[in-house]
Amino acid sequence: MSEALAEIAVLMEARLPEAVISHEIAVGELTVMVALDKIPDAVKFLRDDPSCQFTTMIDITGVDWPAREQRFDLVYHFLSMRQNLRIRLKARVREDEIAPSITDIHPCADWFEREVFDMYGVLFSGHPDLRRILTDYGFRGHPLRKDFPTTGYVEVRYDEEAKRVVYEPVKLTQDYRQFDFMSPWEGAEYILPGDQKAEAK
Amino acid sequence: MAVTPTGQGTEAKTAALGGEMVPAARASLAPSSALATGAGADKDIFARNLSDELADKGFLLTTADDVINWARTGSLFWMTFGLACCAVEMMHTSMPRYDVERFGFAPRASPRQSDVMIVAGTLTNKMAPALRKVYDQMPEPRYVISMGSCANGGGYYHYSYSVVRGCDRVVPVDIYVPGCPPTAEALLYGILQLQRKIRRTGVIAR
Repeated sequence: MSEALAEIAVLMEARLPEAVISHEIAVGELTVMVALDKIPDAVKFLRDDPSCQFTTMIDITGVDWPAREQRFDLVYHFLSMRQNLRIRLKARVREDEIAPSITDIHPCADWFEREVFDMYGVLFSGHPDLRRILTDYGFRGHPLRKDFPTTGYVEVRYDEEAKRVVYEPVKLTQDYRQFDFMSPWEGAEYILPGDQKAEAK
Repeated sequence: MAVTPTGQGTEAKTAALGGEMVPAARASLAPSSALATGAGADKDIFARNLSDELADKGFLLTTADDVINWARTGSLFWMTFGLACCAVEMMHTSMPRYDVERFGFAPRASPRQSDVMIVAGTLTNKMAPALRKVYDQMPEPRYVISMGSCANGGGYYHYSYSVVRGCDRVVPVDIYVPGCPPTAEALLYGILQLQRKIRRTGVIAR
């Protein structure tokens, strides 16, 4: 399995020298770092090359590294049913950068890219309909960014006078508690919005 | 509202009404005190008296309130409205093992024709206006059962940015069923408690 993956890595380096930045095989999985603007080229090559045939797009997701200059990782997973292989592509995106869409190569990427946009705020150029997909209508912020507070900014309530569901700034009736005392990450340093009891401390 | 005779319960209060044997027209399987303690023989005597009465006079007497309450508790139509994993337990409740339909608790696909809404699962901010709209479409008298931790108070998702911290912020709730998810048995108990509540507070204008 690893030999086949290594062959694909070498092939990619040979055929797409300006796209491939680096590659690595860890725990039997191939990860290829790709230049952001060359993602469509790499994806198209992986789909069409007879020795690759990664015709199934499994997932697109992101990772937020707030301390890094290029803040986000875009992570693409592909499956080759013919070769029985999987591959992972990674590309780094700055917060003000726009990533190229791969919807014209894999139409199923549509909703995945919408999800990445919704959760991380990464924009995709060439996407036919880049709207939020999961969060509420008129939602503010991107929830999977590390600087997004867990409780968000608004909560809903039915207003008897207005006869409709209204949005209000979040107000926690029970203060946020951290139960994971063994965690090496210590939890969030900041105070959640609406957590008045924590502010009094 | 479809009225199906589910059998006759008995209570000392109604039996004494008007000095004659009056059947208390109520759902039979509710935890009625007299029935719970009564042996099988007493039930037989009651049933025999009842049928004698009917054979003798050709009619039975009861109060309008009792009949209305009996009809309401005995034909609660619940709306099939599942939000999350609790909906699976809600399905179990209506399946043959627990079979809520023997209490007249029948599923209904339209809010216009249902009496009870079971909020079965996590209510998200995005879903809240839809839930309220569905509740507003239900005719009076209407009841709400909040099922599971998420619907009761946000539960696991209490601190989440996208979840309503208890569905009672959006609709008025009659019965809270705890659990994550509650067993089908727990929901069944909640349903019986709702029937009891309707019987206890039952008047024509709610």
